[in-house]
Amino acid sequence: MEQRQGRGELAIGIGVLALAGVILWQAGTIPSPPYAQMGPRVALYIIGGGLALLGAALAFTAAAGRWRAEIDADAGPPDLRALAWLGGALVINIMVIEKLGFIIASTIMFALIARAFGSMKLLRDGAIGLAIALTAYLGFDKLLGIRIGAGILEGIL
Amino acid sequence: MTETLLALSQGFAIALTPINLLWCLFGVTLGTAIGVLPGLGPAVTIALLLPITFKVEATAAFILFAGIYYGAMYGGSTTSILVNTPGESATIVTALEGHQMAKRGRGAQALSTAAIGSFVAGTFGTAGIAFLGPVVVDMALKFGPAEYFALMVLAFVTVSAVLGNSAVRGLTALFFGLSLGLIGVDNQTGQARLTFGITELLDGLDVTQVAVGLFAVGETMWLCSRYRAGQDEVIAIKGSLWMSAQDWSRSWKAWIRGALIGFPIGALPAGGAEVPTFLSYYVEKKLSKHPEEFGQGAIEGVAGPEAANNASAAGVLVPMLTLGLPTSATAAIMLSAFQSYGIQPGPLLLQNQPQLVWGLIASLFIGNIMLLVLNLPLVGIWVKLLKIPAPLLYAGILIFATIGAYNKSGSPIDILILYLVGIVGFFMRKYDFPTAPVIIGMILGPFAEQALRQAMTISQGDWTVLATRPLAGSILAVAVLAMIGPRLWQMASRAR
Repeated sequence: MEQRQGRGELAIGIGVLALAGVILWQAGTIPSPPYAQMGPRVALYIIGGGLALLGAALAFTAAAGRWRAEIDADAGPPDLRALAWLGGALVINIMVIEKLGFIIASTIMFALIARAFGSMKLLRDGAIGLAIALTAYLGFDKLLGIRIGAGILEGIL
Repeated sequence: MTETLLALSQGFAIALTPINLLWCLFGVTLGTAIGVLPGLGPAVTIALLLPITFKVEATAAFILFAGIYYGAMYGGSTTSILVNTPGESATIVTALEGHQMAKRGRGAQALSTAAIGSFVAGTFGTAGIAFLGPVVVDMALKFGPAEYFALMVLAFVTVSAVLGNSAVRGLTALFFGLSLGLIGVDNQTGQARLTFGITELLDGLDVTQVAVGLFAVGETMWLCSRYRAGQDEVIAIKGSLWMSAQDWSRSWKAWIRGALIGFPIGALPAGGAEVPTFLSYYVEKKLSKHPEEFGQGAIEGVAGPEAANNASAAGVLVPMLTLGLPTSATAAIMLSAFQSYGIQPGPLLLQNQPQLVWGLIASLFIGNIMLLVLNLPLVGIWVKLLKIPAPLLYAGILIFATIGAYNKSGSPIDILILYLVGIVGFFMRKYDFPTAPVIIGMILGPFAEQALRQAMTISQGDWTVLATRPLAGSILAVAVLAMIGPRLWQMASRAR
């Protein structure tokens, strides 16, 4: 268990190092105009270099077992089933929002997220979601003049 | 002095117009609501409302934003007293004693001392902005780009490395934010940076997406991963809100001390309400005639930190309005609203936009009075908000978060970016990285680069100016001290 816990932290450190690598690599691809005192690359080098140092420090402390960032370890492992419902809600929303429009897509997302948080009243949640999405859409449209995308219901309103 | 009063009276003339009063009322009401509700903070709310900058004139928008900012402070204390789940880190201390008071049937008095203390400190802090602001501006007008750059470095260090649990994690969050700020076309040389050939990224990442993604989406994912059915109990308010004579006499000194601690710390380009609230709690515990009550509902332990919290929130507006230097996530997002109006933040703001600045300050005084009414006689309404079941609350929050991304361009790509940032936020939360430095780095980074470039142009590429100009050098020295000082102290005390 101790061993397993340190792995996430180590992965974060390596991830930060990788990000630093990407930034430094990108910096190399930018042509620097000769006339600028401080070209567009300098900031990238500073930030990439800083991230590389920080990533190394994170990875080192994690590997040495001196970094246990997990808050409230006694709360148990993350609830993967709930996260799956939530993730599903977000993915479906991205996939259908253009076809069905903001209001219907939001209604579906609302019901699925409520399910992720343990609500079993699918119909009630859907109705509330629809009401919130409608209110938000009309509020933004009528009060602020901002149209939240086009869609089936949006065309009627 | 008289100049300030004159300017302030003109500010009141602006703030007291019916339309601006309405914006102020709307702001403080919305602010209280989102302060009470867990999961939505002032930074997210203002980020979601940024599109109104295209519709509403600047003064009105900033009156609205500042109202939300102040209101969230009041609302947050209600939740930490009655539910003991502090919505913001600044109200952790309030929960310590406030929730104990509520458990012992003194919730009403805890709410009263918190609200009145917030009012006293908020008014004191707002007066502080009005009188300290012009002084800071006079000093800042003498600053060159090198000094500005040094000040920003100082702010970077204090928000990321001094506060929080770990300097390395704080700085990592900051540098991550700085790199997000670089995405897009470099406005000086026209080179695309970190865009990976994706056209959507040429304009840079939107602060709304990042703030809402980190704070709202990431927080929802985090809570979802550890949410087990069952809800926090909301303690009902019993009896009258009136405080006894003893409550008053124990509270008023704590309010004043809290305000005196909070405002200067907030006004330093350091930010963070955690330090003043903890400091105030510690001071009250030391000075109290009833130290045995601490931990079991001592009223001073609510009064002092609440006042410190609000005074420091007001203090944060001083560097924001006079230097263009945000030291909290909310202030950083307000700064991006300036950008959206094409208003240059900084010491010239007071000269170029006096009606905006003074109208804003005046409306903060008015907003404080509205907030006192909203949060004392009407506190019952807000308590009802706490009864919203978590599934509905968080599902609703994600609908609003999605709007923030989708109405930018009407493209699902922006929603995808929002959710990806949310995943980053989830892991930052899981591994205890602070998120505010990301937003501050993202907004302030480009300004820092610009200042550094100007300094380099003036010095013809000589980097030593940063150290040899006396003011810039001393500010940078303070920044270095702030970073390594606490660690040296730790090592020294361990060695002993």
